[in-house]
Amino acid sequence: MDADELRRAIWRMAHEILERNRATAELIVIGLQTGGVDLAERLAAALGEIEGTAPLVGTLDVAFYRDDIGLRPVLPEAPTEIPDDLTNKVVVLVDDVLYTGRTIRAALDALHDFGRPRAVQLAVMIDRGHRELPIRPDFVGKNLPTRRDEAVDVTPDGVDLGEIQRGER
Amino acid sequence: MSRQHLLTIDDLGADGIEELLDLTDSFVEVSERRIPKVPVLRGKTVAWLFYEDSTRTRLSFETAARRLSADTMNFSVSSSSVNKGESVLDTVQTIEAMGVDAIVVRHGSAGVPRQITGWVDASVINAGDGWHAHPTQALLDCYTLRQHRGNIDGLRIAIVGDIKHSRVARSNVAAFTAMGADVTLVAPRTLLPPAVGLWPVEVTHSLDDVLAHVDVVYLLRMQLERQAQALVPSLREYTAEYGLTASRFARLDPDALIMHPGPMNRGVEIAADVPESPQAVVTNQVRNGVAVRMSVLFRLLGSEVDPRQLVEESFSG
Amino acid sequence: MADIVVKGGRVIDATGERMADVAIEGNNIVAVGEGLTALRVLDAGGCVVAPGFVDIHTHLREPGTEDAETIESGSRAAVLGGYTAVVAMPNTTPPIDDASVVRDVLALGRDALCDVHTSAAITVGRAGDRLAPMAEMAELGVHLFTDDGDGVQDPGVMRNALEYAAGLGVTLAQHCEVDSLSLDGQMNEGEWSSRLGMPGIPAEAEELMVMRDIALARMTGARVHFQHLSTAGSVAMVRAARQAGVPVSAEATTHHFTLTEAEVAGYDPVFKVNPPLRTVADVGGVKLGLADGSIDAIATDHAPHTADAKNLPFDQAPPGMLGLETAFALAVTELDLSIAEIIALLSWRPAAIAGIATEHGAPIAPGSPANVTIFDPVTTWTVDPRELASLSRNTPYAGRTLTGRVRHTIVAGEAVVIDGDAQR
Repeated sequence: MDADELRRAIWRMAHEILERNRATAELIVIGLQTGGVDLAERLAAALGEIEGTAPLVGTLDVAFYRDDIGLRPVLPEAPTEIPDDLTNKVVVLVDDVLYTGRTIRAALDALHDFGRPRAVQLAVMIDRGHRELPIRPDFVGKNLPTRRDEAVDVTPDGVDLGEIQRGER
Repeated sequence: MSRQHLLTIDDLGADGIEELLDLTDSFVEVSERRIPKVPVLRGKTVAWLFYEDSTRTRLSFETAARRLSADTMNFSVSSSSVNKGESVLDTVQTIEAMGVDAIVVRHGSAGVPRQITGWVDASVINAGDGWHAHPTQALLDCYTLRQHRGNIDGLRIAIVGDIKHSRVARSNVAAFTAMGADVTLVAPRTLLPPAVGLWPVEVTHSLDDVLAHVDVVYLLRMQLERQAQALVPSLREYTAEYGLTASRFARLDPDALIMHPGPMNRGVEIAADVPESPQAVVTNQVRNGVAVRMSVLFRLLGSEVDPRQLVEESFSG
Repeated sequence: MADIVVKGGRVIDATGERMADVAIEGNNIVAVGEGLTALRVLDAGGCVVAPGFVDIHTHLREPGTEDAETIESGSRAAVLGGYTAVVAMPNTTPPIDDASVVRDVLALGRDALCDVHTSAAITVGRAGDRLAPMAEMAELGVHLFTDDGDGVQDPGVMRNALEYAAGLGVTLAQHCEVDSLSLDGQMNEGEWSSRLGMPGIPAEAEELMVMRDIALARMTGARVHFQHLSTAGSVAMVRAARQAGVPVSAEATTHHFTLTEAEVAGYDPVFKVNPPLRTVADVGGVKLGLADGSIDAIATDHAPHTADAKNLPFDQAPPGMLGLETAFALAVTELDLSIAEIIALLSWRPAAIAGIATEHGAPIAPGSPANVTIFDPVTTWTVDPRELASLSRNTPYAGRTLTGRVRHTIVAGEAVVIDGDAQR
């Protein structure tokens, strides 16, 4: 996937989000630290261009909610920033890659502490499969079948598929 | 930092301090949430062992632990065997047998937290030992300074008062200088530690001399006891020479910060209404204490790999 | 025929050194020469045969604290360390401040492995105000009087004690510490106490009393023996006083010439001792004093404490370290002195201070009492607290490898240590 395809995917996902949700006013787009933050901003900008007003954007760090604490070093990347009470809002969670589903599970727990959203939807640029929890995305940039030993790297320039280096997670 | 324990600021070094302060940003955010609680230390147990009364420090640690979802156990001196002649050794081994991951200890004798590390496997956090160290106080003071000034490097900080008997002063000198501040100790000779010339600080006996040239005035609590020990003639004379009186306050740089570890003796080391001025950041110190202690607990108990539980499976996406 | 012959050793005593066998019969040495025989042969090949060591500063803890040490266990530690005589300190419970306690201690000492002498308190209850019955205790054989553990604070009381003692022919020994300067000090006052946040004991707490007692010795003409000197300043004052002809003598402990205040950094109460471990410069000063004769003797200040007593916060733990079983090897390992000089510091010079020079430390010659130590001056060994004969384990030297080890100890003709093993 190159930068152009990425941009088109974001536009398509923005349109799909608006089909599902009538107005941007009730939406809050929340990017997961760190890979989802940039995508969330671009998605919100696209929604704003289509609709006239951009939705609120936030970031969420799920380090304190992960289920592998004690299994590997866990440190937050940056403080969470949720722009408003989430009660009765529709939250669009944004991440770059959907894999085991454990990050999203942690994110759902974390969101709960900021209020009771009317609905939570999930937007990911890449769904690479290998789910370990009953979680599915609502909006997908691209389905990309992978092996477990491959690494998926999403940047503004596109998406790369590579081998995991020995010792790397 | 020593991954197991937090005993002194020297255990951390500049990098370790920086890392904890960065982490504290995240916990300040957590503390501001509607539900200021995260499940990161679920299943961990933290015990308090306070041989000296300190409601504020204990509450601060306790709040921190609860916001991280840790279970807590309190061995206060008044309510347990520790005042029935049981030794510290026996007490901590009893606590450990109940299954604790960390012991937060305050003791009137320097070195007790260090000694406990030799007696138990749990992490030991020093919440103040004798005149020796109070590392979480120094961390929260650094965090407060960073919050107000962005950077500690290059700040001119005067620590005023009973340095000799102060664990807060020892830990703050270590922390402030590690972070690049220029520290001046202001006290009569009787309240300075021996061999102070070996400390990485300037020393003066005149508060008036430094008042106009400092970014931070850090006042220490002055105890009546020092008068009985003939270390100062009287509290009145101490206030006249070393108190942040209204007239001295007026001569401070308008941007200078005023800090105090609490509890304050209003009218002794600080004029009665100075703590209410916008330059006094005492309340912020207290508020930041909880987030800093969350960082410490998390760093010791939550962010480390337990090698017994290492698994192959990866976690991402 | 002689009972024991010590064969093939190098004899070193106050008269010099030579290769010789030493034959012992009954309580005495009967012959010194070549090719001697006896019923029993103790091999001394490669070893030094010396007059027995004398510790003029031993805490035996009996009566009162028998779980830390007894006269018997302490005497076993002593003979394993090469000592044939020890002088017990009077800070027991009750203190050794009257004739009845002196009699009890001496009676218990009769069954000990070495010769047990006792000192007695200068003042009643070691409280520093009323004089203890020194004459009565002197008649029982007490030669050294000290309030050890505390110094006699009041100069007037000390003056009177000195004048009274002079008439009895006994010696007053002083633990030099001005209490109002040491207060609740836990360690040397200086760089490390400052860093560790512990109350310090300044060098001047000791030095002021050394200075005072030199003045009182000059004034009264009575001898003062200074116990456990720990500072370079104290040693310098004693040196000057001796040169001026003031009747003073002095001892230094092994720990004060081998350890510094930096050992306290880990807050292990094993390193808590009084006087405290001092600076590198003070260690140098003490070593210099031992080398130039300003200090007469090495003493152990052997101070056993149970693990329970030492496993306390530093400022609540009692001061004191074990010493009897390591002192000789530490002297060999750490001092830049000849073996003959080390023996002098451990044997006949302390024996003279204790007033027992005819029994201990006498030249190895026919007719002398058979109080003899045979040691290997070059073998090395590692200190393992569990292997010590003391009932306590508070040695600060655990894990240290030392040079020099006692092989046999003979007390009044009885081989109480053979090949490093106590015989009872």
